Amino acid sequence: MSKTIQELTDIASQVRRDIVRMVTAAKSGHPGGSMSSTDILTALYFNEMKQDPETWTRDAKGQDAFILSAGHLAPVYYSVLARAGYFDPKEMGTLRKFGSNLQGHPCTGHIKGIFQPSGSLGQGLSAAAGIALSKKLDGDDTRAFVLCGDGESEEGQIWEAAMFALHHGLDNLVAMTDWNGMQIDGPIETVTGIGELNEKWLAFGWDVIVADGHDFESILSAFEIARKKDGKPKMILFKTEMGHGVDFMAGSHTWHGKAPSEEQCAEALKQLKETLGDY
Amino acid sequence: MKKYNVTGKKDTRSGFGAGLVIAGRENPNVVALAADLKGSLKMDAFAAEFPERFIECGIAEANMVGVAAGLALTGKVPFCGSFAEFITGRVYDQIRQEVSYGNTNVKLASSHAGITLGEDGATHQTMEDVALMRALPNLTVLVPCDYNQTVQATIAAARFNGPVYLRFGRPSVPIFTDPDEPFEIGKIYNMNPGSDVTIVSMGHLVWEALQAAEALEAEGISAEVLNVATVKPLDTAALLASAGKTGAVVVAEEHNVAGGLGEAVAGVLAANAPVPVEFINGGDRFGQSGTPAELMAAYGLDAAHIAEAAKKVLARK
Repeated sequence: MSKTIQELTDIASQVRRDIVRMVTAAKSGHPGGSMSSTDILTALYFNEMKQDPETWTRDAKGQDAFILSAGHLAPVYYSVLARAGYFDPKEMGTLRKFGSNLQGHPCTGHIKGIFQPSGSLGQGLSAAAGIALSKKLDGDDTRAFVLCGDGESEEGQIWEAAMFALHHGLDNLVAMTDWNGMQIDGPIETVTGIGELNEKWLAFGWDVIVADGHDFESILSAFEIARKKDGKPKMILFKTEMGHGVDFMAGSHTWHGKAPSEEQCAEALKQLKETLGDY
Repeated sequence: MKKYNVTGKKDTRSGFGAGLVIAGRENPNVVALAADLKGSLKMDAFAAEFPERFIECGIAEANMVGVAAGLALTGKVPFCGSFAEFITGRVYDQIRQEVSYGNTNVKLASSHAGITLGEDGATHQTMEDVALMRALPNLTVLVPCDYNQTVQATIAAARFNGPVYLRFGRPSVPIFTDPDEPFEIGKIYNMNPGSDVTIVSMGHLVWEALQAAEALEAEGISAEVLNVATVKPLDTAALLASAGKTGAVVVAEEHNVAGGLGEAVAGVLAANAPVPVEFINGGDRFGQSGTPAELMAAYGLDAAHIAEAAKKVLARK
C-alpha cells in the first residue's frame, strides 16, 4: 500500500482537516502537537509499518506495533487510523463525547489499532520496548514503533527505557520524537530545557536520525535508515512545528491544548485542502 | 479445633520462587523481570533454568512495568518483581495506565511486604500496598498465607488471564497448608470452622489467627478462621455466611487501616449484614527497624492481640 509523496501530502492535508474539525466539535483537545506530527504518522501508517486493519490483533503477531506515547495526540492518531481503514471515519465526529469509542486519550478495547492506553506521559517507550523484546524472543522480525513528544522527554522513565532498550539490543524498536519545541506552559527551553536531544540519545548509545518532520522525502529516508539491524534501538528526531499547516496556529505553544472557535475552524479549513472527503 | 501439621518454616517469597519455576515449565510464555532484586525475589532458579526468559531491568521499576505490559500484550506472561513498596507505590501510575487500564496480563510479584521486612525500616516497609492495588479496576489481589500456598498461588496466577498482584514476605513463617492443594483464585479458605466469632485474615497472619483460635478454644470460645488469600475479588458469599453464623468478626492484617482487608470486609458487612467488627492492623503510621517478632508485638499484630480483639468483639454482640 505504498503511497507517492503527492498521495501522502494529500492524506496529511485531510488528516489536518480532521484534527481541526474534531477538536473544534469537541470544544477541547490537543490540535497543536497533532498537527506537528501529522506527516510523521501519515508516512508511518501509509508507507512504513507492516500493518493491516483487516487482520489487526492486539498481540501484533507478524505485524508491526505502534504506541502513541504522547497520548494527547489522540486526534491525529484517530484520524490516521480512520483514514487507514481501522474504523469508520464518521466516528471522528464523536471525539471526547460521552459514550464515544474515541476517548479523550487513547484506550484499548474500543476501536481496532490501539495497542496500549496512553495519556500519562513517559510510559509508551517502555511498553514499545517490551513489544520489541517479545518479538525478539519469538523470532518475529516485525517491529515496534513509538511516538513521543519532545516535552515528554522530561519524564525520567524515558531514559530508563533508553538504557533498557540498548542493553537488550532492541534494534527492532523505532522511537520517534515530535520535536516541535513547545509544551503546554511555553517553549520547552523556557519550561525545563532539554537541550540538544540528538546528543542525549547518542550518549545513550542509540542510532539517532534527525529529519524534517514536514518533508515526506526526509521522513521516508529516516524510516529507511531506521531499518538497520545493528543491535541498537533507533531514535528518529523529527524537527517539526506545532500547529503546522494553519498560519495562525503554527509555531505557538498556545495551540497545545486549546480548541479553535467555529470562526477559527472555518479559517483553518480554508488553508487545508479537502482531499479524501470530510467525515 | 482443626489440627495443623507444621512441616517447617520458610519465607513465602521462596514459595514464589519455587512456583515461578513450575509455572515456567508449564508455559513457555512465562517470563520473569527483576529490578536488581533477583535474589531477594527468589528468581535465581527461574533465571538459571530459563536464562533467555529472565529479563533484568536494573533499578528502573517504572520502565519494568511498562516493558512487562508490552510483553503481556504480545502474548507473554510476565512476572515482574520487586519489594512491595517499589512494585506498588513507586509505580502506581505505571500500573494504573499500562496494567490496570490496559488490562494487560502482567503479574506484579511483591516481596518484603509489611513491617516484617524488619531491619531495613520504614522506607522499605509498605503497609499501604493492598489499598493501592485494591483500588485499581481489573486487578486481582492475592495474599497467600504460607510457603505452600504461595507456590500454588503463583502457579494459579500464571494460568489466570488478567493482571494479578501477588503479595508475599521476607520472614520465615510456619508451613501448614497442604502442598498439593491447588489455589483457587477468588476463594476464601475456611481454615477452622467455629461458631462464636469469625477471624478474617490474610498472609502469614492466618497462622497467628489460628494460634489465637487455639488460645480462645482453651477458654471455651469457638473461633472460625477465614484465610482471605484472594483479597480482590472478595469471596463475599463465604464471608457473609461466616459472619451470619457467628455474629462477630475480627479482621487481622499486616497492613495499615486505610484501604486494607479490614475496610474491605467492613464494607461488605455494612452493606449486607452488619455485625460488630474489631480490627487488627498497623493503624495509620509508619514502621521502624526491628526483628519481625518485635515489630509484630509492638504493632499489635500477633496471636495474643487477635485473641484479645476476639473477646472484645464478643462482648459487643
